[in-house]
Amino acid sequence: MATHATEPDRPDPDGHDHHDDPSELGPMDLRVRALESVLTAKGYIDPDALDVLIDTYQTRIGPRNGARVVARAWADAAFRERLLRDVASATAAITELGYGGRQGEQMLVVANTPQQHHLVVCTLCSCYPWPVLGLPPAWYKSAAYRSRAVKDPRGVLADFGVALPDGTQLRVWDSTAELRYMVLPMRPPGTEGMSEEQLAALVTRDSMIGTGLALAPGAAP
Amino acid sequence: MTYQTHADLGGESGFGRVRPEPEGELFHAAWEPRALAVTLAMGATGSWNIDASRAARETLPGYRALGYYEVWITGLERLLRARGLVQADELAAGRMLHAALPVPRVLRAADVLQVLAKGAPTERPATTAARFKVGQRVRTQAAPAEHHTRLPGYARGRCGTVERVHGAHVFADAHAQGLGESPQWLYTVVFAGAELWADAAPGLSVSVDAWEPYLDAVE
Repeated sequence: MATHATEPDRPDPDGHDHHDDPSELGPMDLRVRALESVLTAKGYIDPDALDVLIDTYQTRIGPRNGARVVARAWADAAFRERLLRDVASATAAITELGYGGRQGEQMLVVANTPQQHHLVVCTLCSCYPWPVLGLPPAWYKSAAYRSRAVKDPRGVLADFGVALPDGTQLRVWDSTAELRYMVLPMRPPGTEGMSEEQLAALVTRDSMIGTGLALAPGAAP
Repeated sequence: MTYQTHADLGGESGFGRVRPEPEGELFHAAWEPRALAVTLAMGATGSWNIDASRAARETLPGYRALGYYEVWITGLERLLRARGLVQADELAAGRMLHAALPVPRVLRAADVLQVLAKGAPTERPATTAARFKVGQRVRTQAAPAEHHTRLPGYARGRCGTVERVHGAHVFADAHAQGLGESPQWLYTVVFAGAELWADAAPGLSVSVDAWEPYLDAVE
């Protein structure tokens, strides 16, 4: 990780809480555990539901969902047209692949082109399209991203190692209401004839937020 | 000013670089997934709405010094205390000391997937005609709101163009204050970079989703 010693030292709302010894409970572990105990005892929460929620967002709902949507759009021109038409059509197209619901009830998908690059942010909190991308990464919720994305998106892209040609128009979508945005990245060259599954492997989470580009064939993990 | 948000970060400087992370890295401490789940489960009880929970978080005095899931937990404790669902001595003791209050619903494990799949759509039948149309020039309200709002500070008092009309949606400002859903027309309004920032890079545009009460027509 890059050094931050030269950075202005303002507190970051996403500062990480690392414990060297996993068996040692820190104050937040104790606090959350206490809260969970009280809420369970009062009958407000079902502790088994917490396990299902965690498992769902760790194993079932994540950016591979969005990658499948992108791969379908790359492979199927009619699907792509419906995905990009409007909110109702995009939401329906995504639902066809089995994704929808909480924090993605209404989806808008915007396509990157050689002329225009799209970037999604939530400057006010952490709004993010959960059904297709899962939980937002820490950086998406960080003050650094939220503050700079709307003012200096090229600077933010540089932090991700992305440099766009000078003439590229840059559009930033600040998710201030309950619409959720996903970027359709450009299909990389040299992917003709690839299956949807092979294409999906080229689609990174960051490419669907706009902080990255789809991978070139051969670069996929 | 009576209402102060600490979460309106757009355009501020001094927070340093963005630190990318690999795709699989979701949590950074064992308590974070529990904090996420307990927050979602309590939200599902219907004891408050998502706008009230955002208001509870963004007005935490320590907002900018807290980690994100710490903000969630602190906001959750605040909502629970304010509604008498949990009292401060119980949080300190880590056990129940006072009788439970009724909550509208309890999220059961067997219902989680269905509840997530259903979500909570915010579109409502419109009872008025939309005041603005696609392509129209509008100006956002200039005065800061004295309550929770979703118009970011950087986009206040700026001229933009209506790009999309999204139907009537639950109005966050009213909803957060317990004033009901009060649905209002929602628009995507796009601003040229130079309208927002003196030193905007060429080719930049920024949009927000703005409810009708945030907007006035530009003559």
